[in-house]
Amino acid sequence: MPGIVTFAEHRDGKLRRSSLEAVSEARRLAAALGGPVTAVLVGPGTESLAAELAAHGADKVHVFDDPTLADYATETYARALAQAVTEAKPAAVLVPFTAMGKDLAPRAAARLGAGLVSDCVSFTARDGRLLARRPMYSGKAFATMSWEGEPQMATLRTNVFPLEARDASRKAEVVKGAIDTSSRAKVKAVHAAVAGKVELSEAQIVVSGGRGLKGPENFHLVQELADALGAAVGASRAVVDAGWVEHQYQVGQTGKTVSPTLYVAAGISGAIQHLAGMSSSKVIVAINKDPDAPIFKVATYGLVGDVFEILPKLTAAAKAYFAAKH
Amino acid sequence: MKIVVCVKQVPDTEARIRVADGKLQESDLNWIVSPYDEFALEEALKIKEARGGEVVLLSLGPERVVSALRNGLAMGADSAVHLKDPKFDQADTLGIAQALAAAVKALSPDLVLAGQYGVGGDNAQIPGMLAELLDWPQVTVAVKVEIQDGKAVVEREVEGAHETWETTLPAVISAQKGLNEPRYASLKGIMAAKKKMIETKDAAALGLSAETLAPRTRVASMEMPAPRSAVKMIEGDADAQSKELLRLLHEEAKVI
Repeated sequence: MPGIVTFAEHRDGKLRRSSLEAVSEARRLAAALGGPVTAVLVGPGTESLAAELAAHGADKVHVFDDPTLADYATETYARALAQAVTEAKPAAVLVPFTAMGKDLAPRAAARLGAGLVSDCVSFTARDGRLLARRPMYSGKAFATMSWEGEPQMATLRTNVFPLEARDASRKAEVVKGAIDTSSRAKVKAVHAAVAGKVELSEAQIVVSGGRGLKGPENFHLVQELADALGAAVGASRAVVDAGWVEHQYQVGQTGKTVSPTLYVAAGISGAIQHLAGMSSSKVIVAINKDPDAPIFKVATYGLVGDVFEILPKLTAAAKAYFAAKH
Repeated sequence: MKIVVCVKQVPDTEARIRVADGKLQESDLNWIVSPYDEFALEEALKIKEARGGEVVLLSLGPERVVSALRNGLAMGADSAVHLKDPKFDQADTLGIAQALAAAVKALSPDLVLAGQYGVGGDNAQIPGMLAELLDWPQVTVAVKVEIQDGKAVVEREVEGAHETWETTLPAVISAQKGLNEPRYASLKGIMAAKKKMIETKDAAALGLSAETLAPRTRVASMEMPAPRSAVKMIEGDADAQSKELLRLLHEEAKVI
């Protein structure tokens, strides 16, 4: 029975949600592909996370817990994943499309000689083979991908695949693995971002500002609405290129692709490359003085008007709404 | 120091993508150098200016790729290698990485720089695959690169944090926005680029077998995304609009 291998990422002693999403999807696909679901954990002290992976669908957990594997390194983690795959000979390998997954999956795929499909948003299994759907051109088009040979390796977009119901009675067999732990590239220091700040690509609500704000001195209007909504702040390429805000706030084809439940575009006209980065958001609110702005073509709700009048009113209304709610 | 910069030519990010019969319609597309590759090239040129050496561009693709290479040569790269063969048409990311790896081996540089991903394909696979095939270390998503004796100190961007990495050389480093501000080609650079050499190599010259290039993944079909439903315009003054929007977000859309 070939089965499925998933890579489980953890941070601060806890599994990341995307790892449970991957194991859950593996559980569902295993019904069609057959065989066990094996989760791979790398790092000392990670054996304690095996129970949580089992509760979401893992039959087996392959743990590489050498003390020298505490820090992520591409070479060692890719080696561990490749070794687990070589031993399990699975039909498929699923890795979350997180910063870590993006970094290690291609290296592991090349090591295994496996085909890799990035950023998948859904799978179908037919006759033991997978088909994957993925966005291309930042979502301007979608491709259906197939594989030749095995393993069929894929990275999974985060926040897309639902979690299987947690079943604490499920148990997984834990096996230990060991690898060559040498690495030529090593992390020397980590500079964490400001605590409490909502990360753009993981946010449920995003408020973005564009050129309609006229200058960096007015960008606080966007920040204030974001604070009132508990949202992350984003920006159009135009204002990033103009130096109003730093590039990590940029939403669009050469910035971040986001798919929050609510996206508010304030003073953003909706250039194609911006729409590509946010049009998969569930609900889109557009605020713009030009009723013909392209942003209204993708918006759920449109407000034609002056951002300098609407944003403060909206911030006040949001504060009043949340004050009444609590 | 010898630096190879991998360059991919991609559809303009402002382009409207059209799909018909399950395929991307390429006929009326404007092609550009993938923006992340421009950061990679700019960094290579800065390293060359500071430490001496040479910068070689490497690109795989059909004839049109020559314009991307000329553009990079005009920015200041010294020479270019164009991997061109109809046998590459069906290659997947791993096949392309195999071809690039064979070309890099022949050039034996101290460093390979590439964009963190090719805009459009959005795979983010080539740098890591290339590093593994070369058996070199990799550092991806770099926002700062400092070359020291025999090593590189690289700042990379991950979710919610910056990390400082150190790697031995040779290595593959992939560039993120924020690394630098790519220069524009000068008129003098454009004139000089006309005299610079672009070497063309096919699969045979790279020693690549049909088996090595055989795709492990295929695009079975492509389609346009489902259209979004029509916009609901909210009328009134700013105050009325704001209150009505919050009501709709709560009661109708149920997102707050």
